[in-house]
Amino acid sequence: MSTPSSIDFQIMWNRLIAVVEEQATTLIRTAFSTSVREAGDLSAGLFDRQGRMIAQAVTGTPGHVNAMAESVTHFVAEIGAQDMFERDVLITNDPWLGTGHLHDITIVSPVFRKGTHIGYFACTAHVVDIGGRGFGPDGNEVYEEGLLIPIMKFAERGQVSKDLLRLIRANVRTPDQTVGDIYSLAACNEAGDRRLQAMLDEFGIDNIDDLSDFIIDTSRKATHEAISKVADGSFTHTMQVDGYDAPVHMEVRLDIKRDTLLADFAGTSGMSKFGVNCPEVYTRAYACYGLKCAIAPQVPNNTGSLEPFQITAPEGCILAAKRPAPVSVRHVMGHLVPDVVLGALHKAMPETVPAEGSSALWNIQISARASDPASDLPNREVLMFNSGGTGARPAHDGLSATAFPSGVSTMSVEATEHVGPITVWRKDLRAGSGGAGTLRGGLGQTIEIEPREGYDFYFNAMFDRVHNAARGRDGGNPGALGRVELSDGTALRSKGRQLIKNGQRLRLSLPGGGGYGAPSNRDKSQVAADIAAGLITPEQAKSDYGYE
Amino acid sequence: MTNFKTRVGVDIGGTFTDVALAHAGGLSTCKVLTNYAQPEQAILDGIQLAADQAGIDLGAIEQVIHGTTLVTNALIERRGAKLAFITTEGFRDVIEMRSENRFEQYDLNLTLPIPLVARQHRLTLNERMGPSGEVLLPLDRDEVEQMVQTITAGDYDAVAIGLIHSYANDAHEVQMAEALRAAEPDLSISISSVISPQMRELPRFNTVIANAYVQPQVADYLGRLVQRLKDAGVGAPVFMLHSGGGLMSVEDAAEQPVRLLESGPAGGAIFAADYARAHGLGKVLSFDMGGTTAKMCLIEDGAPKTANMFEVARTYRFKKGSGMTVSTPVVEMVEIGAGGGSIASIDAMGRIQVGPKSAASEPGPACYGRGGQEPTVTDSNLLLGRLDPENFAGGAIPLHPDASDKAVASRLTETTGLSVQDAAFGVTEMVDENMANAARVHTVENGRDIEHFTMIGFGGGAPLHACRLCEKLGIKALLIPPGAGVGSAIGFLKAPFSYEASRGMFQRLAALDASAVNAMLQELEGEARAFVDAGAKGQETETKLTAFMRYSGQGWEIPVPLPHKVFEESDSTLILAAFEDAYRALFGRTIDGLACEITNWSLIVSTVLPAVARAERHSNGAGANALRSRTFYDAAKRKTVEAQEVAREALTPGMTIDGPAIVVERETTTIVTSAYKVIGQGDGSLLLLRKEDAP
Repeated sequence: MSTPSSIDFQIMWNRLIAVVEEQATTLIRTAFSTSVREAGDLSAGLFDRQGRMIAQAVTGTPGHVNAMAESVTHFVAEIGAQDMFERDVLITNDPWLGTGHLHDITIVSPVFRKGTHIGYFACTAHVVDIGGRGFGPDGNEVYEEGLLIPIMKFAERGQVSKDLLRLIRANVRTPDQTVGDIYSLAACNEAGDRRLQAMLDEFGIDNIDDLSDFIIDTSRKATHEAISKVADGSFTHTMQVDGYDAPVHMEVRLDIKRDTLLADFAGTSGMSKFGVNCPEVYTRAYACYGLKCAIAPQVPNNTGSLEPFQITAPEGCILAAKRPAPVSVRHVMGHLVPDVVLGALHKAMPETVPAEGSSALWNIQISARASDPASDLPNREVLMFNSGGTGARPAHDGLSATAFPSGVSTMSVEATEHVGPITVWRKDLRAGSGGAGTLRGGLGQTIEIEPREGYDFYFNAMFDRVHNAARGRDGGNPGALGRVELSDGTALRSKGRQLIKNGQRLRLSLPGGGGYGAPSNRDKSQVAADIAAGLITPEQAKSDYGYE
Repeated sequence: MTNFKTRVGVDIGGTFTDVALAHAGGLSTCKVLTNYAQPEQAILDGIQLAADQAGIDLGAIEQVIHGTTLVTNALIERRGAKLAFITTEGFRDVIEMRSENRFEQYDLNLTLPIPLVARQHRLTLNERMGPSGEVLLPLDRDEVEQMVQTITAGDYDAVAIGLIHSYANDAHEVQMAEALRAAEPDLSISISSVISPQMRELPRFNTVIANAYVQPQVADYLGRLVQRLKDAGVGAPVFMLHSGGGLMSVEDAAEQPVRLLESGPAGGAIFAADYARAHGLGKVLSFDMGGTTAKMCLIEDGAPKTANMFEVARTYRFKKGSGMTVSTPVVEMVEIGAGGGSIASIDAMGRIQVGPKSAASEPGPACYGRGGQEPTVTDSNLLLGRLDPENFAGGAIPLHPDASDKAVASRLTETTGLSVQDAAFGVTEMVDENMANAARVHTVENGRDIEHFTMIGFGGGAPLHACRLCEKLGIKALLIPPGAGVGSAIGFLKAPFSYEASRGMFQRLAALDASAVNAMLQELEGEARAFVDAGAKGQETETKLTAFMRYSGQGWEIPVPLPHKVFEESDSTLILAAFEDAYRALFGRTIDGLACEITNWSLIVSTVLPAVARAERHSNGAGANALRSRTFYDAAKRKTVEAQEVAREALTPGMTIDGPAIVVERETTTIVTSAYKVIGQGDGSLLLLRKEDAP
């Protein structure tokens, strides 16, 4: 075919999205890490020669969106296109050049056609272990958090670097699984490459430059058009969240002028001594995700649709942490970023964005250990993903026990109890935790966990909104605060490693989402329905809604 | 099953009730409109019609085989029983919390499917089993009595019971059920350890709830059907096609209606599997395209691929996660919102999008002239010359190209500046692209390479699109069987009696407890045989054993086929080897040094299918006579080509026409693109083969 028509470009665009979805599917199915398989903690995409992202799979983690989109340009700058060869595989887990913490490994594979370099496939996944202290917030420098692999070649012309493999194996607790996941990442790029080549054969073209221009230009234009529909002006918003050692003040200013948008986090608190800091790349990813959901949700992710959202945070603040800050659980602050950004956007786009939600996942890493060290009982590790309530929307109640902005899934309790010696006595909705409003915030959930016979367990707390609730919008009430305690009511810390002894029960009460609009305007039949379902108590109905 | 000479298959679909009657003289088929108020009436009308055609008496029918989408519809339309769900304290909200995720990442106004049982009707018991079936908290007699009173006071039609880890120990579920049965003999009770005894509470609870929800209604309907058939003189036993692609007795189906969810579509897959066997095709992708959706299924060695879990009643653009996951054996199909009625539109980026919204049969595509204003796939096919306006459905529905032209022009060309023909091409190409992508993803997920498959196309829309789909997928051979319009009903007649029994039993392979496994397998076999014997006592059977396994630490299992035998501890080596083979086939590698574990087991007992008559295959032959020359738009060539139009009956065995060609028949039209040729087969099928010199 000589010159592809606009319809050909549309079809190829559609195909490329299928290609990167297939790339991601390959990774999900072959990866070892639970967070990849169960929670979709990965990303996969295709880039052109200049390192511009053309297509990206929609996966469970918006945090990877911008982050991976930017990472390829770092590889191009570091290694140089002239030093990339066919069947090379490039690697890094540098939090500042990849996706924000050491657990995420990014693999970039240059694509060649008929001997000419035409683009890159890239993918990222959260591996089971990367050494150091393990996945938790207690490190004080990134050096404590595990092995950092600088941008380098994992394989050159198809030859895997044996030295690098040995180095990785020697530094992680799960060498087979971590190295296995690196191979999975490389294999998923190969799967993408095969499909791309088949498409180029079908359409009779040998490069993707024109296609890339078409996709990026079309998306940029559509995104600018969407931004231009938002009112011009400068809108600021602030939000306080728990942080680790001190409360964190988040501040953002949105400058919207015609079809441009700038979000600036100047004024945000400084870094924490602990691993809740966010590299700027991760902040940009979540800020952009929130804005995109509200302004241009239909435009597929690529450089053209992401670039119009200009996002910046001053270096050294908790949302733009400097080396060598600890960043292991950067997701906690990152997940809260959309709330503050959407709060500012609400002033420009009323009746669009939700109230604040629980937002940061309540992930629990449990390490079960024999109560009697002399016994033969094996150590077991259990990872659970749990979500509180989302904020109410202008026309819908919030979603109960549902992840937002993250898109991860929880695991079956029955399956979890086979993995480790714990009993989950309760995992159900937390009545009364949704913020009252014309539209009610989503409910959090209550979880009770006890070590099984012969075991104690340690858990890594990384929970937020225990001291700072998700606020309502336009007169809506805040959602309930989270609580971390024993089942007898003894309070525990919401961040850091703690011990639950045999016979004790850990109780987590996850936060609810904020309400939307004045509670007094809530439809009486909905209040009655909430009472009937036990989502609120009759007393709450009276105090919050004036309903009797 | 070949003992019976006169058998009738009846498939109730959304629009039509299809009947296929096999008798000594051959096969008679017919379609009648589905009767929503009295589905059994349409069945009787259809059977009468087919019997008249065949010239036989209703009393001569020896077996009735039935499949229906009514169970699925009852779930989708929420027309079920007033239901209570009894579960373990602390787990009342499992079905409402689902997986705690959002199936659409960028939609701030997303709403989730509403649970079948409202929260106030989800009741809890203070009791708890552990993962190995040990009692962590005993179920107190008073607790049970109190629950009985609550249920009685609640005036429920049906009760579902689902307790944590009940697949490992059913004692508490049984205790509760017995107490209820004693107090309320007429209450419909479903318990999860019978309906779906597998690990993972969400799908197990969903499954038992779905079963209880539809049980009274389905039992009532099936009872009426059997009675009406008897009254009409059809005294033959009635069997149901279950979702797993086998037959079960109507009495068993009335107890476990959740097993009927996909019974109609499963018939289509069996229909294709039968042709795969007749043509000796080892690897087949079946492709069924109707008015609203397209369904695809992998068929290997003559058997449709099955799974033990699927999602029913998707609420959001057929999107994964927007429905209800149930764990019951099922023929595994991908279904996407792509059909002849799928509506095309222009998105925010000026791109053509097709479906999943459909014009359905009312008002139908614009060209039907029944008031449809939106451009559909059928309109586009008409504008591209792939359909003949004078000869659609044998001339029964005259098509209006001017209406299609107007719809495409007003909705697709104004903002894009495309010509009408380019836009129409864009629509068909986009829908073909969507179907090809879905097929590719499905084969990749199963660790297969689609290029090595043969496609079997049926359903009204498939013959129009299948050849282009093959071009996109690199598939070289395509079979279009005859009678494809009533494929599911014909498929019913080809199904074995079968039952799949499954059980959650968690074991680390290193500590395999062979005697526990053997005892459990014996139970499974006894259970499955009882169901099969209900319809096929004394017939030769075969068994298929599958263990669901994973590496320790992984979140999901893969099916591992195992020999059905008495296991010993030393067989852990054999099981490991089978696991590694299965893992390698799916993922291309194994992981050294990691322990593995078994979570669930399943055993299928089925009657042995009789050997099929091999179809006489032809791959070349004399040129068939064309009716006339006609043009259509060939997508790969991006241009209109001069094609020979040929009547299907002219393609007698061995007769050949080179593409571009159009094969016409009453029910459908087969497009043969320039890159393919078509050859008539001994059994009346059309075989499309890629030309050797095709680029």
